[in-house]
Amino acid sequence: MTDSSHKRLAEAAEYETAPVIEPGHTFGSLTDKISAIVLTRQTPKMWFVGAAVSAALTLVLLVSLTKLVFTGVGIWGNNVPVGWAFDIINLVWWIGIGHAGTLISAILLLLRQSWRTSINRFAEAMTLFAVSCAVIFPLFHTGRPWLAAYWLFPYPNTMGLWPQFRSPLIWDVFAISTYGLVSLAFWFVGLIPDLATLRDRSRNRWTQMIYGMLAMGWRGSAVHWYRYETAYLLLAGLATPLVLSVHTVVSLDFAVGILPGWHATIFPPYFVAGAIYAGFAMVLTLAIPLRAMYGLEDFITNRHLENMAKITLVTGLIVVYGYAMEAFFGWYSANQYERFMLINRMTGPYGWSYWALIFCNGLVPQILWIKKMRTNLVVLFVVALVVSVGMWLERFVIIVTSLHRDFLPSSWGMYYPTVWDFSTFFGTIGLFLMLLFLFLRVLPMISIFEMRTLLPEAQVKEVEDLRVL
Amino acid sequence: MKPRTPMYGLLAEFHDANELVVAASRAYEAGYRRLDAFTPFPIEGLAEVIGFREKKLPLLVLVGGIVGAITGFGLQYWTSVLAYPLNVGGRPYNSWPAFIPVTFEMTILFAAFTAVLGMLALNGLPMPYHPVFNAPGFALASRDRFFLLVEARDGKFDRDETARFLRSLRPREVVEVAH
Repeated sequence: MTDSSHKRLAEAAEYETAPVIEPGHTFGSLTDKISAIVLTRQTPKMWFVGAAVSAALTLVLLVSLTKLVFTGVGIWGNNVPVGWAFDIINLVWWIGIGHAGTLISAILLLLRQSWRTSINRFAEAMTLFAVSCAVIFPLFHTGRPWLAAYWLFPYPNTMGLWPQFRSPLIWDVFAISTYGLVSLAFWFVGLIPDLATLRDRSRNRWTQMIYGMLAMGWRGSAVHWYRYETAYLLLAGLATPLVLSVHTVVSLDFAVGILPGWHATIFPPYFVAGAIYAGFAMVLTLAIPLRAMYGLEDFITNRHLENMAKITLVTGLIVVYGYAMEAFFGWYSANQYERFMLINRMTGPYGWSYWALIFCNGLVPQILWIKKMRTNLVVLFVVALVVSVGMWLERFVIIVTSLHRDFLPSSWGMYYPTVWDFSTFFGTIGLFLMLLFLFLRVLPMISIFEMRTLLPEAQVKEVEDLRVL
Repeated sequence: MKPRTPMYGLLAEFHDANELVVAASRAYEAGYRRLDAFTPFPIEGLAEVIGFREKKLPLLVLVGGIVGAITGFGLQYWTSVLAYPLNVGGRPYNSWPAFIPVTFEMTILFAAFTAVLGMLALNGLPMPYHPVFNAPGFALASRDRFFLLVEARDGKFDRDETARFLRSLRPREVVEVAH
């Protein structure tokens, strides 16, 4: 064997043993370390800085939404022919980001990927907060959100009207609200044993009461654990098709329309891959600073970051395949409108956004092929940010370039976002981060009980062997 | 009539998951049936060791999913065909392929909430008070200790005899749990 193959074997062996928890931890040390983040009186200074900045941005969101309600949706830049713009771009962007949380918590659980354990809790929290930010956009795009109840939900009103169930927009309402509720249930069930830990570890009467109420009297009984595990596994099995359906339904908002650039069968799988891609980029964007801020390198190891980098790379390639297929379909359809859409997308007035998208999603992530690069935290963090920008641009390209020049040249027009479009968008980033900072302060960001099961002491011999003893 | 015992049971504390599983299986073999074990994380097979057999939850979730599917499709059928039929270009009122996404989402929603609420209901949660919390050191059951409980209502339970038996399993400590 050559030297290089020896080296490769050594690297492989090293990879096999790369731990998901640094050695030396016990049930006690692990519990204390994670619960101390919440129960301690010493909150890191960075927390206050981050919480203050994100709270300020949340105020910007409140001002923007107040202005919208008092003035009308006209403060946004969308108008005929581009009737959907930042609102739906941001909806799809946020929903997509949420998808990684469910993928980590449900799909990787079913695939028995034990490394998911230390990142699933905050990835699920990220899902919930991303969905909360996402729903703001369609709700306020209605202009009168308080009337949206009977436009969106089948609520028995005095007019005898019902939603149009043949419309993908109503499917979207059901898909996203189911997704939000199921994610919340999944997250809460995962939290119950850890809330019991916090109840038992806290020394303050108030926190004992609050965590105690939330833990609902959990006592770790073997019978309870048995049903708990069954329920958790069933939830994972239900959340897996759900998460795939959500972005499929979101993509149908476009694909069911006959507009060139939207009417493509590749949309559902390509949207789902894009969602996971954007979501993993966001998990990386959050995990890299968080583990430094709270000193969690023992639990969120380089192996986690590398695995996530690999998933980002793979899903990124699927997304690029989607772009290639869109271009191919446009050409192969031999339809003049489809071909025009393609040429206009690449060379029209918004051509810069298409090439920026190819740069962000197609070129930059390829650097992750190199091990040295994907294990370099600075590089990984920057790539993750670029991917987030790229995925935002993808929705901009799909929505704005398709709408602004459709079949009739007489109805062509340009779209320019206003300052309120930007303030609402950045405002939701503020809301997302503020919710995340609050979560970090009051709930354990890593699942404590699942981390315990990863320790070697948690391995119990087969029950049959014990009978012989 | 025998006076009601003020004791809930006897609780043996272990430091190691393996010791607990061995002890639980010995206790079951010794004829104790009202057993429970408390652990900081789920231990596969432990519930079976103390004689627990139940398969209700998956069945409940299946029923929940079916009810969800019927509710979802029924809602759309009723609103689109019966309550407010809207003729769009002569297309059928019962356009079932368009009703599938909402039916699917409602199936998942009902099944998932049946799983969560069913698990809590079968476990008897929320339960604000439970005698086992009276035991000293029980707070560590959510950190790094493992407990085996023999309830006083077990037919074979005898205050001294059971305590002696539990001590023979070499736990760290055996304590009485007040009711």
